[in-house]
Amino acid sequence: MNRKFLLQSFSALTLAAAAAFATPAMAEDGTIKVGILHSLSGTMAISETVLKDVALMTIDEINAKGGVLGKKLEPVVVDPASDWPLFAEKARQLLSKDKVAVTFGCWTSVSRKSVLPVFKELDGLLFYPVQYEGEELERNVFYTGAAPNQQAIPAVEYLMSKDGGGAKRFVLLGTDYVYPRTTNKILRAFLHSKGITDENIMEEYTPFGHSDYQTIVANIKKFSTGGKTAVVSTINGDSNVPFYKELGNAGLKATDVPVVAFSVGEEELRGVDTKPLVGDLAAWNYFMSLKNPVNEEFKKKWAAYAKAKGLPSAGKPLTNDPMEATYIGINMWKQAVEKAGTTDVDKVIPAVGGQQFAAPDGFTVEMDPKNHHLHKPVFIGEVKADGQFNVVWKSPGPIKAQPWSPYIPGDEGKKDEPDSK
Amino acid sequence: MRHLLPALIGLAILVLCSPAQAFDQATATALSVGDSDTRIDALNKVIAAGDAAALPFLEKLIGDGVKTSGDKVFVVDGDKAVDPVTGQAAELPSDADDVVNSNRMRNEIGGAIAALKLSSPDRAVRLEAAQSLQSGDADESKLPLVKAAEGKEKDPQIRDMLGQVEANIELTSSDKSLRLAAVKMLAESSSPNVKEMLSTRLAPDGETDPEVKAAITAAIKAVDARLSRYALVGQIFTGVSLASILLLAALGLAITYGLMGIINMAHGELMMIGAYSTYVVQNLFRAYLPDAFQFYLVAALPVAFLVTAGVGMAIERLVLRHLYGRSLETLLATCGISLFLMQLVRTLFGAQNVGVENPEWMSGSVSLAASLVLPYNRIVIIGFSVAVLGFMWYLLTKTRLGLFVRAVTQNRTMARCVGVPTARIDTMAFGLGSGIAGLAGVALSQIGNVGPDLGQHYIVNCFMVVVLGGVGQLAGTVLASLGLGIVSKFLEGVTGAVIAEIMVLVFVVVFIQRRPQGLFAMTGRSAEA
Amino acid sequence: MIDHRNPPGLFARLYNPTGWALFFASLAVFCVLVPILNQVLPADSLLHMSDYWVALIGKIMCYAILALAMDMVWGYTGILSLGHGIFFALGGYAFGMYLMREIGHDGVYHSDLPDFMVFLDWKAYPWYWKGTGSFLYAMILVLLAPAALALFFGFFAFRSRIKGVYFSIITQALTVALMLLFFRNETGFGGNNGFTDFKRILGHPIATPGTRMVLFVTTALTMLGMLLVLRYVVTSKFGRILMAIRDAESRLMFTGYNPLLYKLAIWTFSAMIAGLAGALYVPQVGIINPGEMAPGNSIEIAIWTAVGGRGTLIGALIGAFIVNGAKSWFTQAFPDYWLYFLGALFVLTTLFLPKGVMGLIDKARTRS
Repeated sequence: MNRKFLLQSFSALTLAAAAAFATPAMAEDGTIKVGILHSLSGTMAISETVLKDVALMTIDEINAKGGVLGKKLEPVVVDPASDWPLFAEKARQLLSKDKVAVTFGCWTSVSRKSVLPVFKELDGLLFYPVQYEGEELERNVFYTGAAPNQQAIPAVEYLMSKDGGGAKRFVLLGTDYVYPRTTNKILRAFLHSKGITDENIMEEYTPFGHSDYQTIVANIKKFSTGGKTAVVSTINGDSNVPFYKELGNAGLKATDVPVVAFSVGEEELRGVDTKPLVGDLAAWNYFMSLKNPVNEEFKKKWAAYAKAKGLPSAGKPLTNDPMEATYIGINMWKQAVEKAGTTDVDKVIPAVGGQQFAAPDGFTVEMDPKNHHLHKPVFIGEVKADGQFNVVWKSPGPIKAQPWSPYIPGDEGKKDEPDSK
Repeated sequence: MRHLLPALIGLAILVLCSPAQAFDQATATALSVGDSDTRIDALNKVIAAGDAAALPFLEKLIGDGVKTSGDKVFVVDGDKAVDPVTGQAAELPSDADDVVNSNRMRNEIGGAIAALKLSSPDRAVRLEAAQSLQSGDADESKLPLVKAAEGKEKDPQIRDMLGQVEANIELTSSDKSLRLAAVKMLAESSSPNVKEMLSTRLAPDGETDPEVKAAITAAIKAVDARLSRYALVGQIFTGVSLASILLLAALGLAITYGLMGIINMAHGELMMIGAYSTYVVQNLFRAYLPDAFQFYLVAALPVAFLVTAGVGMAIERLVLRHLYGRSLETLLATCGISLFLMQLVRTLFGAQNVGVENPEWMSGSVSLAASLVLPYNRIVIIGFSVAVLGFMWYLLTKTRLGLFVRAVTQNRTMARCVGVPTARIDTMAFGLGSGIAGLAGVALSQIGNVGPDLGQHYIVNCFMVVVLGGVGQLAGTVLASLGLGIVSKFLEGVTGAVIAEIMVLVFVVVFIQRRPQGLFAMTGRSAEA
Repeated sequence: MIDHRNPPGLFARLYNPTGWALFFASLAVFCVLVPILNQVLPADSLLHMSDYWVALIGKIMCYAILALAMDMVWGYTGILSLGHGIFFALGGYAFGMYLMREIGHDGVYHSDLPDFMVFLDWKAYPWYWKGTGSFLYAMILVLLAPAALALFFGFFAFRSRIKGVYFSIITQALTVALMLLFFRNETGFGGNNGFTDFKRILGHPIATPGTRMVLFVTTALTMLGMLLVLRYVVTSKFGRILMAIRDAESRLMFTGYNPLLYKLAIWTFSAMIAGLAGALYVPQVGIINPGEMAPGNSIEIAIWTAVGGRGTLIGALIGAFIVNGAKSWFTQAFPDYWLYFLGALFVLTTLFLPKGVMGLIDKARTRS
């Protein structure tokens, strides 16, 4: 009894002591540490793994050109394992232990919300590369993905246009979480402003990982008899395949009821049987199929990198919107650091605003001087049989982001810039 | 003058070939270049001319097989380009662009193709064309073609369909008798589109004549009655279809858990392995037997069965064997195995989902009525689950292995006393249960994602089905899956998917508390039961 | 072991003098040494303990308390719950409600209501949010909410004499049902995002090293205090009845005991401890969302306990520290191998270490 407890307590003590005496890793001289915070395991690994790889590629590229301020970038990759509290823990580790100058990461809104307090407290800098619901503007974050007005609203406008089929009725279908909810809220208000009444809008949510869309497709079918109908889908990655399969098998063709999705891109269609999807739409700020010299080079670089590193995707290297956004983000940060002459977060933040970069989407995109979002062009593409997209509509030029949607009550009079520290 | 001669010659050739020729370069250009409005104008002209020669070109156009360069139009076939009118090989300029069709364009072209096909000599082609006109928006531009086709049509089914298409168009005719006849015609329909069309005619700015109005009201009633009947059948079908998936997923567990009492939390991962086996077989077929690709699924069944049975037997030998009698430990160990298998698949195949294609004979659907469409893949899976059930029933009740399995389940010691090799039976039975999970995986690969966490979505439901049915009872498992499937589909219609799922889970929990032995109780006496 | 005819005093009953000495030593490390290393020593000192470590150990201590709760029902009473994540999350949500109200008008919309309610167009707090602005009430709720659910569920389950694996499976079904419920935005707990972006606790800003250290010390005190309380319980007569339920429930019934009451009592008590652990967890990690109720998380709790050694209490603590420490390390050093390791740990522990690390220590001790 006696010695048992002695041993027990001793082990507990050792653990505590080991923890106490561990010292923070010292940065090597002459490098700038850059954090990469994407899930490499768990449910989100499916989407986020490539973002880690594209970030590493961009960093390699910058280093090959001599780095930033004469120093090489040193990536610190951690795996928050699709576990939201672990995101906060890893963010704290990156900021307080590894002392990274900037972090590129997060995909889901909840992971961003989870790390936000840490970035604010420790005054870090986060570049967030994924389209999201808006309603947020933080001093420590730069958003290189689309706000709702850079993706959702143009897509719906297109569906209402003659070429998009002149839809009069809308099904807003999504997975039950914040991004679909907010997007649909904005869209509903937008549709109201276009004279479409509530009885012509059907809003449905399914749980995460939902895989049986029989009832919902039957409902859409019923709903679609009331007039030209379009479906706006914010269904989360995994559930899309069963949804589209059901749609195809139930005989709802894209010509009858077009579906526009905001979360289906090249990577999501990888290895998916695209037959039932052909003709359905997606709205993004970048498609791999865009034809311009910058994109050709970007694709070539990525293919070469995937091959050189033996990535599982090397057989069929794909690029997509969040990858492009990551690429833009890292390059803009680099330019900002060079402008500021330091990696000090307080000096880099003002320098990021107004940065311009010739992006693979074929435009020179600009970081808004004030609101921490990119001005981005919008493309609407139709799914082709090979999993690529045919661009059927594009905006005349980059569109300024509205993180505070004018369609959400309570957003009026919100400042279009983050509160200062 | 320079263009005139060749044009004349071309025209002469065309005239010789078929009498009503008008399809030429200019038309092809007008159909492919410019904005949607001008292209649709060109299309309507083609329809008006009833020009069947344009058909091949239109089909290429809708199939994204047309490229343009300036005003020149090319039909592309593989890497060869041909002239759309003459069919002669042409050099494809490097700046040639795909013709991009919006959904509106696609709709119009599809309608035009259907209208033009009505004059095809092949009955199947005409039927398909009539169906597509009936379901799509047939507008006035197609009326002459439809009328002409109806006059010539001999087949009663197609004639009826065309009659309906005409009625759809004529509903707005200025002639009252035509309208009345159209309404009467439409009352026979069972399509929700028709109902909607009729109801819009009842709006103030629609029909004014009281007699026609009364006819419309009656017609709506008739269509409605038919529709709600079909809706009910449809709902039951979706319920049965969900039930068949639950049943397939749970059958293997009914053996490993129900009969052997092993809590196999890795059951879902065995299904996942079955689905990945299907994927591998599919790729092998694609690479080595592309001609027989349609039948890869048949070959995948034994492969998936053997692979998962092998994995299952290995698990039993290496791990579970040492844990018999400690069911809670089994639960934890199999949880570990499930994590391990998931990560293994991630390492081997990547974290992304892999694509498993439906073979041709499983895509599409049979349409019993416009509002009742039953997808082939669902029908096949229902049949498949019945077949697997039969297979299992046969194995368990008619074979020596089944006899031994039941003997070991009912009284292990006694079975061993009379010479049943219990250890080997355990391995075989677990292998059988795992193999059936593999078969379920093949079925699941046809309706959803194939990814490392495929199994996670099903495992809780599987246990629910087996526990609800009563442990060790096949009939109970069948009833439980049917019950859960149909109830949750009906609930989903009322409350939405999320609440329905919660309610079903709570229902199961409550049910088990009221009746811990499940629907069917195992007979026997034991204080520890 | 304990001499029943001649019961020892309370102190001696719990731990022997060396044990107590080590207990107080741990107490000193967590409540004196760590604060000094973190707060007093300058940041560049070799012995300085960074905030990262404080946050990490604080989080693991919450898990350790949760593991203690699990050990009471599984290790001592033989009831394997695959739903302890629910109670943990309920406690976390109850306290999270208080933290959300402490944000006051500092949210994105500067409204009386939390941002997610503004967003759902709600005009007032739903009834179950009533009174959660009070710290005291929130703390009561932290204990009562899990207790009420456990009591309700446990009463029906134990009355129907559901046990063993059956019980485990229906607790898992319950977890999934509640997780789906909390994922819904209309349920009123922030949906998938849950609660986050807390600002204050009892009027103090939550994101300062000082507040964090207070939370850390509170957690350590709770953990060690809970260890003593539970040690008291398991060395009492009540504790022996629990073990009798685990080892031979039928025999216990035949000797005239009604196991229902005992099971229900320990089950509910365990749920309350789990709730308390959740309440301590939320302000330290800064987020609570329905992911905590995922069935996998609840199974992991059982693994911590199994790895450390069931039915020893201290084993639960050690298991929680080992597994979670390994998780933090693996997910940084070898992200791809973490699940292999965890899976292997499940299998190897059940196969070769039925008594966990404590069993190993015991073995080493008897050999020497």
